[in-house]
Amino acid sequence: MAKFVTLTIDGQKVSVPQGTTILEAARKVGKHVPHYCYHPGMSSPAMCRLCLVEVEGAPKSMPSCVTTVTEDQVVRTDSEQAVGNRQGVLEFYLVNHPLDCPICDMSGECDLQDYVHEEGRVHGRSEEPKRVFGRDDFGGDVLFYGDRCVMCTRCVRFMNEVEQDQRLTVVERGNRSVIDTFFEEGLEGTHWHGNIVDVCPVGALVSKDFLYKARAWDLEHTPSICPSCSQGCNIELHTRDNLIQRIKPRENLEVNGWWMCDYGRHNYGWINRGVRIEDPLVQGLDRATEPMKWRDALDQLLQRVELIGEGIGIKAVATPFASNEDLGALAELVDVLGGGDMVYRSSCTEEEIVLKGFPTLARRKDLAPNTNGAELLGFTRVGDDEARGGLDDIATHDGVLIVLGDRLSDQSEDFGQQAKLFLYLGDEQSPAASNAHFVFPLTTFAEQEGSFTNIAGRVQRFSPALEAPGMARPGWLILGVLTAELNNRDAPRTAAESFFGLANRIEAFAGLTYEDIGDAGAVLNETLVLSES
Amino acid sequence: MAYPYVSDVEVRIISKYFGDPAHRRIDTYIERGGYKALGKALTLEPEKVTEEVKVSGLRGRGGAGFPTGIKWSFMPKEPTRPHYLLCNADESEPGTFKDRELIRWDPHQLIEGCLIGAYAIRAQHVYIYCRGEFFEVNQILARAVEDAYTKGYAGENILGTGTTIDITVHQGAGAYICGEETGLMSSLEGDRGEPRVKPPFPAAVGVFGMPSTINNVETLAAVPHILMNGGEWYRQWGTEKSPGTKLFCVSGHVQRPGNYELPLGFPLIQLIEDVCGGMRDGNELKAVIPGGSSVPLINSEDARNCALDYEGCVEVGTMLGCASVIVMDHKTDIVKQVRRMVDFYAHESCGQCTPCREGSAWTARILRRIEEGQGTEEDLDTLMEMTEQMVGTTICVLSDSVAAPVQSSIEKFREDYLKLIRTSKQAGAA
Repeated sequence: MAKFVTLTIDGQKVSVPQGTTILEAARKVGKHVPHYCYHPGMSSPAMCRLCLVEVEGAPKSMPSCVTTVTEDQVVRTDSEQAVGNRQGVLEFYLVNHPLDCPICDMSGECDLQDYVHEEGRVHGRSEEPKRVFGRDDFGGDVLFYGDRCVMCTRCVRFMNEVEQDQRLTVVERGNRSVIDTFFEEGLEGTHWHGNIVDVCPVGALVSKDFLYKARAWDLEHTPSICPSCSQGCNIELHTRDNLIQRIKPRENLEVNGWWMCDYGRHNYGWINRGVRIEDPLVQGLDRATEPMKWRDALDQLLQRVELIGEGIGIKAVATPFASNEDLGALAELVDVLGGGDMVYRSSCTEEEIVLKGFPTLARRKDLAPNTNGAELLGFTRVGDDEARGGLDDIATHDGVLIVLGDRLSDQSEDFGQQAKLFLYLGDEQSPAASNAHFVFPLTTFAEQEGSFTNIAGRVQRFSPALEAPGMARPGWLILGVLTAELNNRDAPRTAAESFFGLANRIEAFAGLTYEDIGDAGAVLNETLVLSES
Repeated sequence: MAYPYVSDVEVRIISKYFGDPAHRRIDTYIERGGYKALGKALTLEPEKVTEEVKVSGLRGRGGAGFPTGIKWSFMPKEPTRPHYLLCNADESEPGTFKDRELIRWDPHQLIEGCLIGAYAIRAQHVYIYCRGEFFEVNQILARAVEDAYTKGYAGENILGTGTTIDITVHQGAGAYICGEETGLMSSLEGDRGEPRVKPPFPAAVGVFGMPSTINNVETLAAVPHILMNGGEWYRQWGTEKSPGTKLFCVSGHVQRPGNYELPLGFPLIQLIEDVCGGMRDGNELKAVIPGGSSVPLINSEDARNCALDYEGCVEVGTMLGCASVIVMDHKTDIVKQVRRMVDFYAHESCGQCTPCREGSAWTARILRRIEEGQGTEEDLDTLMEMTEQMVGTTICVLSDSVAAPVQSSIEKFREDYLKLIRTSKQAGAA
């Protein structure tokens, strides 16, 4: 049990564990002490000098990012001395800063802009010409605008301490100092360098991918979970015009800290893809498909199910990109129809890419977000490491065939030819689905609410960031309605209700609710957690 | 007359053999009583050695004036990890040239001091961080260290006592900031010479993360004499609070500039007029910087009332620093002088702390503008205000060193600035 220390910050008493810094303690009483060089995920050089606060009894202002609290300390973050210091430091920053906010990618989410707006001088006093460094390509996804840099060295420290691949350094000294790469390749070949753009408090390091794409204030931020591997990094989807413009990590110390890998960060093109199934399609007697309203399509499907009757084997293929709710709804439907085989396929890479300075975070071998969920919900892995093959039985199955999300890209047009009933639920049309009697449009994870179960057995929620195309609906809703009508009960109306039902059916999820999961996620019963072998 | 200039009032203890090249040789040094203090120290308990230095009241000669014995006593008593003694020979303060001379003429005195110091703090390794530009000095020092090893004064089993102390001479690569104690440590470790935040202090976490003590060359050079003759002996010179002798590096517009070893508390005006033979060409004294370029400058009036010890300098609004007395006569352009100093600091700022990195370069530019006749009176207010933001707001005191000459010169020599500003206005009007 850590010892607690009580101190006063701006007149408010606060108790924090011994060893806490003043900056963190101030955060607890809702006081944000402006800072640049301090980042909770890295060492603190205490060099930006913006976080200096007045500590009663101290001969001079103290850097709150490295000064730890002591009993009965009296700290002022808003005194004349503290504010005067910040004003002074901010003016120093603007001596050489180009103030090119109108063309700066960071504008609108820039700490320098915010701090100067809040506390800076209205008019700068510097009349001298500004120092000019110009622009440099750092390799990878990063462009460097030297003139905007505030020399906080977060980027250098990220590469040294967190990625532990020293690619950046400060060269020269005094106000000639500038961040630079060692060799021509710069950041090329590193796997986590996108994070240095995130930690840069100003627009000195910008993403080439995002450059000039959108202004910060035009972006909607939606909390989500990265779908690019089984780590389940907490992310934010930044959208505009119903398109994902970029992905940023969202803080979660249990999963990804403040970071995410470059692969996940840039793997969003498929979510923005334009050609989608937009209507429920029903195959007529002449094998021609006809778009229908949901009600009509579902009625026809239910009639078909009744015609087939019981006792016919069911085989289901699902994608581990589907949420727990979608997979759970599929499992329930299969169960209601009399049970059958349920499989999934997933791509894997040879090696994990571990973030050395935050070793619980890695780009996992398994490149799908919910394989753990699929396993827990009764799906079996088939196929190879490229998510191909393994469906020979299913392709020629003569019973009921349900495909959820798997694009069947390796399958021929004969797939499901012999099936009595072939239901294909997907976001994209597939040649292998040409025999499907029913093709239902699905939303992607970015268009629906839901949850994934990550490699550590942590269930994490994501929220819809984009509008679904046409009549696309989440899998849990479509399958939930089908199951409900077959059972003559009410269908779940929300993902939370769907999850609630799933938690009642599946032991691993027992007792969990959306509220428990919250923003940070919740870990399933440990014994049920699968490990990646 | 010997060694460029000497004076009868000098008390030459550490500078006794300045000007005698024979003294560099270890044999001569031993003949003249050298390394006896080391032999004596090794027979004592380390605490006893520290105690003797405490009694002497010796204060750090690098500029801060912290009592050396007390500094040594901060080191852990029972070493669980390696201890290091660092000797700061990165003498780079403009106007200072005492450490260079101490090593150049008497390298063994320093080596002996280092060995005694290392013994006192239970260090088995001494690093002498020597300014890289001192080519000759580095050669002399390297040779002397080699000789000390050969004669058994350094290395393993020193003088058969079983004590091991190694000495490494490290050459700096040309940065003023590496003379700052933690900057020196960063540099020694192979990193950029950037000062570190204190706490933790070097005695807890120093070079290579180990307990370390860092002393100036002049401090360590005095140690063998204190050990040999006792702490009380050293107190016969100087004042109660600033005991002993000190090398004064006098430069500027005096007849006989040079290094003079004098008791602390010596009157500044006497140093200028008697010891150094007065101002050049009979000119008038205008300003003095008594402690190296990073302390405030004082006018002739204050100079007349200034006693050269740590307290006396504070009384007239400046600091003793490393006692590098820069004397300026009435022909000096104070603005230009200050601008040149600020240019130096702007160039040497390591660039970590914002007030120093941006402030020093900005100050230099404003001063340059004033000097070139483009200044305004508002510039002086700006200078005063912005330099105020540079005092006590940074990791090390380099930024304070920019503020000191700027603020003190505007306060005491405002007329010099105004003259330049008025001339520029008249020129503009015409």
